[in-house]
Amino acid sequence: MKQGTAHITANICNKFGNDRTRLMDIAIAVQERFGCVSHEAMEEIARAVGTQRVEVESLVTFYSFLSVKPQGKVVIRLCSDIVDWMKGYSEVAEAMARELGITMGETTPDGAITLTDTPCIGMSDQAPAALVNSVVVTHLTPERGRQLVRDLRRHLDPQQLVTMVGNGNNEHPLVRSMVRNNIRMRGPVHFAPFEPGKALLKAFELAPSDVISEIKESKLRGRGGAGFPTALKWELAANTPGEKRYVICNADEGEPGTFKDRVLLTECAEQLLEGMTIAGYAVGSDTGIIYLRAEYRYLMPYLQSKIEGRLKQGFLGRGILGKKGFNFDIRIQLGAGAYICGEETALISSCEGLRGDPKNRPPFPPQEGYLKRPTIVNNVETLCCVSRILLEGAKWFASIGSANTTGTKVLSISGDCRKPGVYEVPFGITTRELIELSEAENVGSLLIGGPCRQMIGQVRLDGQICYDDLATGGAIIIFNGARNKLEIAEHYLDFFIDESCGHCTPCRVGLTLLKNLVHKVISGTGEPADLDRMRDLSNFIINMSRCGLGQAAPNPVLGALEIFGDASGGFVAERKPGLLPEFDLSKAVIDAELRVGRQSKYV
Amino acid sequence: MQAKTRIATVSLSGCFGCHMSLLDIDDRILKLAELVEFDRSPINDFKDFQSRCAVGIVEGGCCNEDNVEVLESFRKNCDVLISVGECAITGGINSMRNNIPLKECLDEAYLKSPGVYNPLNKIPNDPEIPLLLNRVYPCHEVVKIDYFIPGCPPQADALWDVLVALLSGKAPVIAYKNHKYD
Ligand SMILES: Cc1cc2nc3c(=O)[nH]c(=O)nc-3n(C[C@H](O)[C@H](O)[C@H](O)COP(=O)(O)O)c2cc1C
Ligand code: SF4
Ligand code: SF4
Ligand code: FES
Repeated sequence: MKQGTAHITANICNKFGNDRTRLMDIAIAVQERFGCVSHEAMEEIARAVGTQRVEVESLVTFYSFLSVKPQGKVVIRLCSDIVDWMKGYSEVAEAMARELGITMGETTPDGAITLTDTPCIGMSDQAPAALVNSVVVTHLTPERGRQLVRDLRRHLDPQQLVTMVGNGNNEHPLVRSMVRNNIRMRGPVHFAPFEPGKALLKAFELAPSDVISEIKESKLRGRGGAGFPTALKWELAANTPGEKRYVICNADEGEPGTFKDRVLLTECAEQLLEGMTIAGYAVGSDTGIIYLRAEYRYLMPYLQSKIEGRLKQGFLGRGILGKKGFNFDIRIQLGAGAYICGEETALISSCEGLRGDPKNRPPFPPQEGYLKRPTIVNNVETLCCVSRILLEGAKWFASIGSANTTGTKVLSISGDCRKPGVYEVPFGITTRELIELSEAENVGSLLIGGPCRQMIGQVRLDGQICYDDLATGGAIIIFNGARNKLEIAEHYLDFFIDESCGHCTPCRVGLTLLKNLVHKVISGTGEPADLDRMRDLSNFIINMSRCGLGQAAPNPVLGALEIFGDASGGFVAERKPGLLPEFDLSKAVIDAELRVGRQSKYV
Repeated sequence: MQAKTRIATVSLSGCFGCHMSLLDIDDRILKLAELVEFDRSPINDFKDFQSRCAVGIVEGGCCNEDNVEVLESFRKNCDVLISVGECAITGGINSMRNNIPLKECLDEAYLKSPGVYNPLNKIPNDPEIPLLLNRVYPCHEVVKIDYFIPGCPPQADALWDVLVALLSGKAPVIAYKNHKYD
């Protein structure tokens, strides 16, 4: 048996050319084959690709979809993120756990089914949702959860759970998923008809540097959240000397409550692939990589077929559309469940077959990125915009939106509203309008997501979605007035604590300290000084962290405090001097009492 | 004559190194004696509070029930409480046991270790021996602490500067050179 593991593992490594930089693909394939990456397998992988076993172990233990210990044949990952939590996660989780006879995180004794929870899987508009291996199930209820478990016990085939397919390309034979697109508003950039190849021909009419000028004129800014001017990034990469450059599409979409890239990947794949090809032409690159989050694996065969189709049509490959000397190919790099890999330098680490640790900047990726070569990383939506800009012209694009933020934004709206889903809206739209569009009532607060995530309350409802006011990567989560804002903030902290890569102490330790403070206040034992401590600690974490995760993680806490304003004094009270309410002496001495055989004289 | 400011000090689960560091202020101890009156403290060996104090200095973390009891009485009898040194601030060396269940610690110490002579095979149960807590707690997890002076032990100058600042009603600041250790 041991021989078998080694042999099969060696074959998998061989399939990826025994290439150290393809460690992600190797580990994912081994995980899929054996339900784990065991110590024997890690040893074999290390031998085959020429590295140390600990290097492999460091990768395997980093990603939540990889495991050293065997998992069940079927792994149910129930989304426990904020929206699912509002839509009944707890009841569904309990029903499924009970039906399986195990608790969250365990595997049934026969090794068949593992039940675990996971942060946002990009289905917040159809929550509660879960991944069963790579099959998505949505709109769960306790009863449907129980039925799902019974069905799985019978056939252990997740695909058989899909009895009704969703709409659009979710019906495609290579997708066949019950996911629904929920496109509530179709805008001119992404949801207008798109004829493959046309934008590419337009690009070829221009010199590569003129393509960049066109993008510059359109004032396109990155849609992943940070809003960096796309042309500037491209220019930097194009002007950095190097024998090879890379174009990476960031399809990691890990920000809780964001699911618009999922819909773009499903419905606008041609537009995306064409945008990547145009980017390759503009910066002088022949290789594109789509970094696809593991949660969207169900889209992989479909995307792969689109790439192959374009190769056949001459839109990809060598001498594209007869353009001599311009070659471009695209591969898909699958992620393995790590939110931090959405951060572009962590994403590059992951593509290189490493743990998803962010890198120090500078050098910035356009100067020194994937395999130390000039690399542009762009969001799915940004690259889709590129195709449309080439088709319709920079002036057309710049005429949409607000003064400094041109074009449209695809928003993912979810939470307490009647019409959750995807909305393509012009930049400059106000949150008040979004509330009306999505038919939300009694709104207490909103979370505007993205790497600059913030929580806003009533006073900012006239704020505009754009880079000068409320910037967002696309997530808008609506909370009604009855939701406890501090509980929401605490929920987010739990998420960031889990997802922190651990490099910086302020992020790794500070977020836990912050969570403890928030929890203390929620549980009614907080003191006025705790509020100041929360602010100080938040600012400290923001200022002292290396990457955007730590730099933004405390924002929901600060947002909640701001919304409360002076009223936050109501949650805290001065205490009488003495033991802290959270310290319980009777609990602290019970072990000793039991072992020694007498009671504490103080309890 | 105006009444002097009263100060109390205690070593909970510490090694007395922090108190040694306090003595390390050298001849400034005479100045200190002019400024303050020591209340409950190992320096004068008073075991109980004589009256309310302005400042309480705590060395060591909480390992056992007595530590908790003493710390609580410090909180109740002092206006300002200062955690001094690694043990008080983090639990220190003692907290190395925090990853091992208490039962295992006790069994190892009293029953299993080589060289243990314990014919009754029982964990000592004399009421004079305080019960251990399930883990070692830093002081601020047990009562509210107002100030922290880091170090193992903190440098005499750091202790001195903080005390003088507090006694003269200023915000305490520890100079960089006084908490830089490498
Ligand atoms: C913690 C963290 C997570 C991120 N996640 C994503 C993501 O899932 N998708 C994305 O496009 N950008 C994400 N970003 C932003 C990327 O680092 C990067 O700015 C973006 O991909 C650049 O593309 P753009 O200029 O087209 O927006 C994240 C950033 C941080 C700090
Ligand atoms: S801020 Fe957090 S996630 Fe980012 S590098 Fe530091 S520890 Fe890692
Ligand atoms: S901090 Fe250091 S010097 Fe002070 S009691 Fe602890 S071990 Fe001793
Ligand atoms: S899928 Fe659960 S919150 Fe997004």
